[in-house]
Amino acid sequence: MAATRARLEDKRWHFQHGPIDLVIEPFGTEAARARVIARGWRRFQTVLDELVAELAFLRAPVQEAEGVTGPVARRMLAACRPHGRVFITPMAAVAGSVADEMVAAMALEDGAPEDGLARLYVNNGGDIAFWLAPGERMRIGLIANPEHASALDGAVEIGHHMPVRGVATSGWRGRSFSLGIADSVTVLAASGASADAAATLIANEVDCDHPAVVKRPANEIKDDTDLGALPVTVAVGPLPRALVDRALARGVARAEALRREGFIWGAVLSLAGDYRIVGDAGSAIPALPMRVA
Amino acid sequence: MSTTRGDPEAVAAVESGAPGGRVESGKIACNACPVLCRISEGRTGACDRYANVEGTLTRVDPLVLAAEVAREAGPLVPFAAGKEWDGNIVAGAPVFVTGVGAGTTYPDYKPAPFIVSQRHGGVETVTVVTEGIFSYCSFKIKIDTDRYIGPECAPVRSDGEVVGHVTTMEYGSQMLSLGGVHHLTGGSKKEGRVTCDLMMNLGNKKAVELAVEGGAALTIQAGKPPIIDGAPEQRMRVGCGSATIGIFAQQWFGKVDEVIVVDDHITGVLTEHQAGRFLGMRPGGINVTGRRSTPGRYFQVANPGSGWGGTDIKDPLKAILSIDPETAWPGERLLMVSTTGEDYAYFVLDRGLKPVPAEMPEDVRRVVERIGENCEPALATVLFMGGAGGSLRAGVTENPIALTRSIKRMLVNVTCGGAPAYVWPGGGIMVLVDVARMPDNSFGYVPTPAIVAPIEFTMRLADYGALGGHLDRVRPIEDVIAHARYRAIGWNPENPWPEKLSRGD
Repeated sequence: MAATRARLEDKRWHFQHGPIDLVIEPFGTEAARARVIARGWRRFQTVLDELVAELAFLRAPVQEAEGVTGPVARRMLAACRPHGRVFITPMAAVAGSVADEMVAAMALEDGAPEDGLARLYVNNGGDIAFWLAPGERMRIGLIANPEHASALDGAVEIGHHMPVRGVATSGWRGRSFSLGIADSVTVLAASGASADAAATLIANEVDCDHPAVVKRPANEIKDDTDLGALPVTVAVGPLPRALVDRALARGVARAEALRREGFIWGAVLSLAGDYRIVGDAGSAIPALPMRVA
Repeated sequence: MSTTRGDPEAVAAVESGAPGGRVESGKIACNACPVLCRISEGRTGACDRYANVEGTLTRVDPLVLAAEVAREAGPLVPFAAGKEWDGNIVAGAPVFVTGVGAGTTYPDYKPAPFIVSQRHGGVETVTVVTEGIFSYCSFKIKIDTDRYIGPECAPVRSDGEVVGHVTTMEYGSQMLSLGGVHHLTGGSKKEGRVTCDLMMNLGNKKAVELAVEGGAALTIQAGKPPIIDGAPEQRMRVGCGSATIGIFAQQWFGKVDEVIVVDDHITGVLTEHQAGRFLGMRPGGINVTGRRSTPGRYFQVANPGSGWGGTDIKDPLKAILSIDPETAWPGERLLMVSTTGEDYAYFVLDRGLKPVPAEMPEDVRRVVERIGENCEPALATVLFMGGAGGSLRAGVTENPIALTRSIKRMLVNVTCGGAPAYVWPGGGIMVLVDVARMPDNSFGYVPTPAIVAPIEFTMRLADYGALGGHLDRVRPIEDVIAHARYRAIGWNPENPWPEKLSRGD
């Protein structure tokens, strides 16, 4: 089955192929938007086939995936390789990498920015990559607590001068499996792929041993998962406050380390109604009534 | 969506050999996309769009999903929940299992047919779905009309059998109570059967014909204009005659000298009414029939009927008792109008102070038209009222009183076919539901006779455990989708999504 696309109301587009769902919105002159979408569509139609061609490698630990050649696969590998001390496969960055690849293909023509394009985002199921022309800003809404998803708790405003072009979220409630128990870990980083990989790692780290935490081998829930028999979280019941604190502290430590090493710009961690903010994200989110770690 | 089923075309395609094929050990090879997942029984592929359902590759989400999801994205991307929404997209749009067709476990010593868990806003919720058998139930009918349909307490008949009665007149409407246990099981066999048929038809949004003893012949259908003695009702009155005077006095001032608003309940006389006096209007000296309640407000100017303003008046001058020569004057301009603006007449008093029909000035006509414009369309609306306080609760919990208490504490959201139900305070679980919000053909019957109606109880999983729920019978929604036979219908967008009503911490 081939890729499909549909124009949504206003100026957004939906591209879909197999498991990939993108919502894309360019801002700028009408002519620029049309060119950007046309380039994006051309690029998108082969993305899944390229990934599938190297899928066996991409599902293996990063150390065994060095030989991949596809542009998206290279992005995945590059984002995950620095984190190879723990178990990670390039799949940890697949969503962000696809978003990055699409943004690059759309915003640039022969390496030069599209004339008349002000900004652009590609939202790959919550993992977002975006592009900003000089002087432009992107506002991204934040829901601090996914349990009360109706309220927008704040917004991060990313300006052109800031080293952030990717936002990604990971957590056990999401579509991808998590080894940890975080409700959500949202990461701001230089690219969608870096944010995606880091969010996965930080969310894996937010963890504790408690009877209320139920885990099952990933391959008992889903066929062909890159996580094999690793135990993934399937339920989290009420936890003692002290354990919530400790689990969040583990995640914060990992996030701080990633920030010191320059992999991420900031992160927001959420577990059982409690939150921690790492890095400069806090200063960009004044409306959030959160405790700053 | 109420319940969703895979795209039938996709399923049919599979059965003829594509796009899925059987491979080793009960797995199915999906070739819906290049990923070519091999999917074990009961699981979904990488996309969560296709699943292996009893050896058949099945599309598990409707095609409209992507558009629904996309509305949630945008420049303001609530990204902490983004992943979660993504999960919802691919696993299927939000799905609610209704009680319609769920079946029952009467007399309910067994757990309800479907106890379904699903995640909403990160909270694990449980919906207990059943079809209730309601021996104690009735339909309350609101007929938007001022026309007289019959005296209060008058029996209402269907097919010659008494099936209910006229109850209190309410604001701009006449009310009926139909069905109920006495007519269902307390009378003759025929009375029970006719009542049961009538209730089924009313609940299933079909038109029913009724005859009020000493009153009107009615055709009633949920959400449609009532037909009274063969005439479809158009408008609800804007208010009683007095209210109409109050609303429009300012607009009539200076354009006419007197206005009489004819209404079966209260007929209003402008210059005598508080509103006219406030404007300093000269008394018109035109006395109307009926009994004066307060200045400018008259009861019973005529008998009820299908004439002006719900009275039996066809000639408006019949509402005028006398004209006082001391007060009225030749050339006095008189407007008579009904409370819906449907009936109106304009007169000028001649030298003998006799009202003579005259052409209505344009600015007066505009105000008359505005009365009509402010009247809402007249509808017949049908509410189902039923008590689920009995054994049905045992299907939900081992300790039935705990369900009742949890509902009263608003921990449990009660719906009927997904339509919000008002739960009457006091004992039992007595619900009141607008049948127009329910799926078509929600109601059935058993030969007792009694009415079968869907009912769902939605609550947090934790609260369900606390009230002694049948936790061992809780199934994930995906499991229901994969294994139950069902019919997909669109979610009525006018209904709030049931989980949203569940109380947060």
